[in-house]
Amino acid sequence: MVENRPISRYIAHGILIIGVVITFLPIWLAFVASTHPVDRLLNDQMPFWPGDQLLENYGTVLSEGMKKAGGVPVGTMMLNSLIMALAIAIGKIFISFLSAFAIVYFRFPFRRTIFWMIFITLMLPVEVRILPTFEIVANLGMLNSYGGLIIPLIASATATFLFRQFFLTVPDELLEAARIDGAGPMRFLKDILLPLSRTSIAALFVIQFIYGWNQFLWPLLVTTDQSLYTIVMGIRSMITVGDSEPTWHLIMATVILAMLPPVLVVMLMQRQFVKGLVETEK
Amino acid sequence: MAELKLEKVRKNYGQVTAIHQIDLQVKNGEFLVIVGPSGCGKSTLLRMVAGLEAISDGDIYINEKHVNEVEPKDRQIAMVFQNYALYPHMSVFNNMAYGLKIAGLNRSDIQKRVHEVSEILEIKSLLDRKPRQLSGGQRQRVAMGRAIVRNPALFLFDEPLSNLDAKLRVQMRIEIKQLQRRLGITTLYVTHDQVEAMTLADRLLVMNAGIAEQIGTPLEIYEHPQTTFVAGFIGSPPMNLLQCVVNGHQIFLEKQALLGIPPSRNIEKPSVVLGIRPEHLVLDPQGPLNLTIDLVETLGADTLVYAHLGRQRIVARLPDHHKVSLGDQMRFTIPPERANFFDVDSGKKIAAKFS
Ligand SMILES: Nc1ncnc2c1ncn2[C@@H]1O[C@H](COP(=O)(O)OP(=O)(O)OP(=O)(O)O)[C@@H](O)[C@H]1O
Ligand SMILES: [Mg+2]
Repeated sequence: MVENRPISRYIAHGILIIGVVITFLPIWLAFVASTHPVDRLLNDQMPFWPGDQLLENYGTVLSEGMKKAGGVPVGTMMLNSLIMALAIAIGKIFISFLSAFAIVYFRFPFRRTIFWMIFITLMLPVEVRILPTFEIVANLGMLNSYGGLIIPLIASATATFLFRQFFLTVPDELLEAARIDGAGPMRFLKDILLPLSRTSIAALFVIQFIYGWNQFLWPLLVTTDQSLYTIVMGIRSMITVGDSEPTWHLIMATVILAMLPPVLVVMLMQRQFVKGLVETEK
Repeated sequence: MAELKLEKVRKNYGQVTAIHQIDLQVKNGEFLVIVGPSGCGKSTLLRMVAGLEAISDGDIYINEKHVNEVEPKDRQIAMVFQNYALYPHMSVFNNMAYGLKIAGLNRSDIQKRVHEVSEILEIKSLLDRKPRQLSGGQRQRVAMGRAIVRNPALFLFDEPLSNLDAKLRVQMRIEIKQLQRRLGITTLYVTHDQVEAMTLADRLLVMNAGIAEQIGTPLEIYEHPQTTFVAGFIGSPPMNLLQCVVNGHQIFLEKQALLGIPPSRNIEKPSVVLGIRPEHLVLDPQGPLNLTIDLVETLGADTLVYAHLGRQRIVARLPDHHKVSLGDQMRFTIPPERANFFDVDSGKKIAAKFS
């Protein structure tokens, strides 16, 4: 696998460089667009190098937002997105950790049935159950609230399943040793299972944070109050502004800003994340 | 300090019976080894004593206290697992201290206790390491440390040495024995290694398929096996078990008259299993047992000679070196006082008749 012939090195690097260019180029263009005045983007050929409007454009979106799109400052939308993504990620981890713990370590009636029921919901993405869910949320009066944004997305079959698989790899003797040492179930959870799951939790956090951050359809349905708009849906409403031309420079600035938190999360948790995916320290 | 008593203990896993019925009494400070082939229920028995496995039937008493329903932590036991089961994310110190912390000891007492024990086990320099930074032998010591620190009344070992290399195993075996003597803690020790069993045990429990075949001191078990299973399990090579025919007052092996029935024995069936240890076969030019040699193993101190007679295989252990070649004829005597007789059907020892 590890060939050190120069030619294969060049090929490998070549492929990687092409991949990087393909993924990075659109982002670069978005960034460039966000630093020009809008007429440069609409009239001339698309510029390839950054312009001089960086501070102005970003200042505008952060403080006032776009008049034509309702004028919600991007800062507010980012805060909403952040609250939603964090609550979903942390809530999902918390709930799935406990459910997986119950399913693996306790014997109760219909344990298998319950596990399979959870597992089957894996096959239903949010979009499929969106109407009934909306109905319920509406009836509970949770439209236009953080609760309505977060709670319907907070249970995760994927995370429950992953935690279950992880718990199954933890040797039984560890539980038995802990029982002899006098640790009850919750103590075992806290002192042994939780530290051992650290890397899996980090990996799940990254995945679920991005999942929460990128939610689009659901926030669009449950919020009509602009002060609850999330950034991803905000971008869309900026693009469809009736008959006037979209203000691309501001939109692109927003897009770049919207990308930052997920990138930050990935970068900060990268080491844990990779460990969580590849390593099984037991 | 503890006495352990098992009364008619059974274990079923659904339809499968893992332990049929075991009665056992372990005295204070005694080292009892449970030995038997894989799957015979050794671990199950140990885990029932530990409280990790429910008891299907029967009673277990520790120090006269009925413990069937008592939680493991309240049984005053400590267990050493085959794979050590150290908490991977905790330092050696914390591994040892965990039980004490839960028990609510204060910091300085915990410190003191852990240091005392790590002194005994010579693992003081390892206290800050994580289990993955330890060698197999060191992990073994830490696992024992974690057990000792709890100051248990009863030690439970489940094949603690089977993951170590041969040399370390011998060394740890000796240390465990010395430690147990020194601490005087009643010990139950599971192994399938008969050398370990013979050397460690004050008394030995030989198990087979969920049954206690025999309980006794290592020597009793070696000299007077009560069943063909025990005879064939203990000893290396194990006891020769020969299917013989009884005719009048003579016992015949493949038409060779081997020996007369000793007057103390009461053999009623027309056939019998004769058990004789390899080292008890005596080389004797006039002996009745005439063997053609198949294979010779020179071990240095003694020589193993393999032969067969009809379909029956026989091994003899001869002291010192012998010049033997394949195909040679050798004659042996079976000293009647060394012979064991077993019932052909039940495999049970045929008792001497005292009348
Ligand atoms: N949880 C279980 N469910 C069903 N059967 C079991 C279970 N645990 C053990 N058994 C059965 O009980 C019997 C005894 O098992 P046990 O683990 O006590 O054997 P052992 O003597 O310790 O063997 P080894 O030397 O291989 O460790 C085996 O036949 C095993 O298949
Ligand atoms: Mg076992």
